[in-house]
Amino acid sequence: MSKQQMVWILRDYERCSACRLCEIVCSLRFEGRIWPEASRIRVFEVVPGIAIPHFCVQCPDYPCVKACPTGALIVDKSTGAVVVDEGKCVLCRKCIDACPAKVPRIVKGKTSVIICDLCGGDPECVKVCEKAGFNALKKIPRPGSTIIMHYAKTPEELAKPLIRKLLEMNPEKVM
Amino acid sequence: MPYGFWGRLLEVDLSSEKVRTVEVSHTIFRRYLGGRGLATWILWQRLGSKWEEVDPLGPENILLVLTGPLTGYYPGSSRLCISGKSPQSCGVVGSTVASEVAVELKAAGYDGIIVTGASRDPIYLYIEDDRVEIRDASRVWGKGSRETWRYIYQDTKPDYARNGATTPPAFIYIGPAGENLVRTAAVMSKWVHAAGYGGYGAVMGSKKLKAIVVKGRGSLPPVADPVRFKQLFEKVLDTLLTRQGMRAWGTSQGFWSVGYDLSSEPIRNWQEEWHDRREFAQHEFELRVWRKRYWSDWGCPTSCMKLSCVRYGNETLVTDGPDYEMSAYLGSNLGIFNPEHVTQLSALADELGLCGIQTGNVMGLAFELYQRGILTKDDVGYELKWGDVKAAARLMEDIAYRRGIGKILAEGTYRAAREISRMKKVDVFKYAVQVKGIAVGAHGIRSGKDYPQPHAYTASVQGGDHTSVAPEQDSVFLDSAVICSFNTVDRDTMIGLLNAVTGWRVTQDELLKEIATRVLTLQRILLLLGGPDVFWDPRRDDDNPPRFYEPLPTGPYRGSKVDKSKVEELRKKYYEELGWDEYGIPKEETLKKLGIEAAAHEVKRIKKRLGIE
Repeated sequence: MSKQQMVWILRDYERCSACRLCEIVCSLRFEGRIWPEASRIRVFEVVPGIAIPHFCVQCPDYPCVKACPTGALIVDKSTGAVVVDEGKCVLCRKCIDACPAKVPRIVKGKTSVIICDLCGGDPECVKVCEKAGFNALKKIPRPGSTIIMHYAKTPEELAKPLIRKLLEMNPEKVM
Repeated sequence: MPYGFWGRLLEVDLSSEKVRTVEVSHTIFRRYLGGRGLATWILWQRLGSKWEEVDPLGPENILLVLTGPLTGYYPGSSRLCISGKSPQSCGVVGSTVASEVAVELKAAGYDGIIVTGASRDPIYLYIEDDRVEIRDASRVWGKGSRETWRYIYQDTKPDYARNGATTPPAFIYIGPAGENLVRTAAVMSKWVHAAGYGGYGAVMGSKKLKAIVVKGRGSLPPVADPVRFKQLFEKVLDTLLTRQGMRAWGTSQGFWSVGYDLSSEPIRNWQEEWHDRREFAQHEFELRVWRKRYWSDWGCPTSCMKLSCVRYGNETLVTDGPDYEMSAYLGSNLGIFNPEHVTQLSALADELGLCGIQTGNVMGLAFELYQRGILTKDDVGYELKWGDVKAAARLMEDIAYRRGIGKILAEGTYRAAREISRMKKVDVFKYAVQVKGIAVGAHGIRSGKDYPQPHAYTASVQGGDHTSVAPEQDSVFLDSAVICSFNTVDRDTMIGLLNAVTGWRVTQDELLKEIATRVLTLQRILLLLGGPDVFWDPRRDDDNPPRFYEPLPTGPYRGSKVDKSKVEELRKKYYEELGWDEYGIPKEETLKKLGIEAAAHEVKRIKKRLGIE
């Protein structure tokens, strides 16, 4: 598959309702049950009304993959997603340290870190978000530019400017 | 193996600081479902024999925070049922509120929490899976919604460096109103959500319990039939997604329609129910205060909430909607029709942790008594003129902090009317729009055009609660399962989903004639036991507020009023269907049929008190 066919999930924070249907379908796909904590996408409502869908950005330089000492994190060449080799992950937390957004997660009951793998190019979260008419998540061809790296921020870093803009509040005073 | 629930409740005794888990059998869930039904059973089991002596605001009361078998498994079911002996009705109210605590609790391995006793100092409860801590809350005691959010968020935020960006726990809390034992105080969630009916904010306050914080790391309990579950979940989702009106307008469509079209909206303490104020319509709110952001709770495709902001001095106030009930009770009921003003008052009620319905109702009573000269400037300290937002805001704060006249009004409509009647030596009950201690929701019955029937409030086990009007079997199902009444679909599909999750084979008949009737029968018994400060007599109290028998003075249904004989006829028929006698006292054979024979002891006490044989 050529680079042009790689996908990326465009996220529009202002359209996210915090309904978390994405968490439901994601955990059903990967774990066969509703398990919000094990969903590869999580929505952070750091203050009420401000919702940050948070998941892997597929940084152009993949710092998590570089940081992994056991070779457990691999870039899938066809999708561009980071894939976890569960047998190799030793939960050393080096990928968490390396990730500017702190996306890789250690979940009680899982023996390896979890990271969004783009569902092999057809992400469930996008489908349900579109179906629900919110369109906070859209599947687009992966941008060639490095602009996507700017999405790699923690939920708080993303929420602060939105709290200022949408609620006209000082984030330091409300979260 | 049980499906859809864990069969395990967490019990915390705040007096002894002891924590334990309590097993609840499969049979009990099958008989009471969860939420409101389970709450009723627990309260009957534990307090039934001494119900009349239990002070709702004493350490002997129990606070229940319960989920249901459909929690997390029905679109938009991140809902909790809060219960206990109600400081408003002295019966049981299943008061539901949208909160992710419901899903976190299930993920932590519990179906709910039982809180007994009372703490001496302000505390909050922190639950993370098996870890349960009683934590100091003295620094957040006295704070409103905004600061409480910030405090809990900072105090409980997960360490990202450890496990990655893990979502913070969810929590419910009380504001100053609950701390000050205001009987119209709500249990709050996420700044704007309130479990208002029942007055359980005051119960939390009486236990010095500021908040309950829950983080669950596990999955929801297993499902009996995953394939069927998925099919039905999709079906419900598809149906709900066709209801674009709820997403576009939420319940705000009622500002105009319930008043102008249906003549059933409270205006100036229900002196009128019709208006043609064009600024008091959802569209004006949309243009002036809505931020036009989708806003849902966990799992909800409907997204009926409206994030609204108004500037107030140097700060921004935020509220949800205001939704129909808030706008009716804190708006038209106080003669206020200005969108910014209503939004301000709704945000203030959120901040103080007050139920907008119960508080707006008792405020309406005060405004009318002022209009009639029964309450004066000397009594209040300032004027109470219809439409005056500043006076309304001041009165609301006085209620939350129990200052001046607020001290009396903080007791809620029924008790305030009783006290003012005594003080002023006039009967003010004719202006009190409440039923058995619970203010009537913003849906009148005089025009006959809105949904509640003439006997709807008189025969309800939750009094004036507009979310559970007679016939209330369906409401028992929704509040026990626990799912949102705005997300209902046809009964077969909902029951199908319940069965797919639990593995039961519940039929409509069993659900309505056995389960719901069992819950209602026990709720009715506990309501009629009442006490210690209020006792109901069905011959007097199974009735509408006097105002509903006065003719509507304005609008297309001018002259319309409720026909008392019709009320009596409908109520009698409804009681018969439930297996209750003419006074609404459950018959012995009914108790037997429902498998709650032991409640005969309680029925005996009711009859003895009322002198009925």
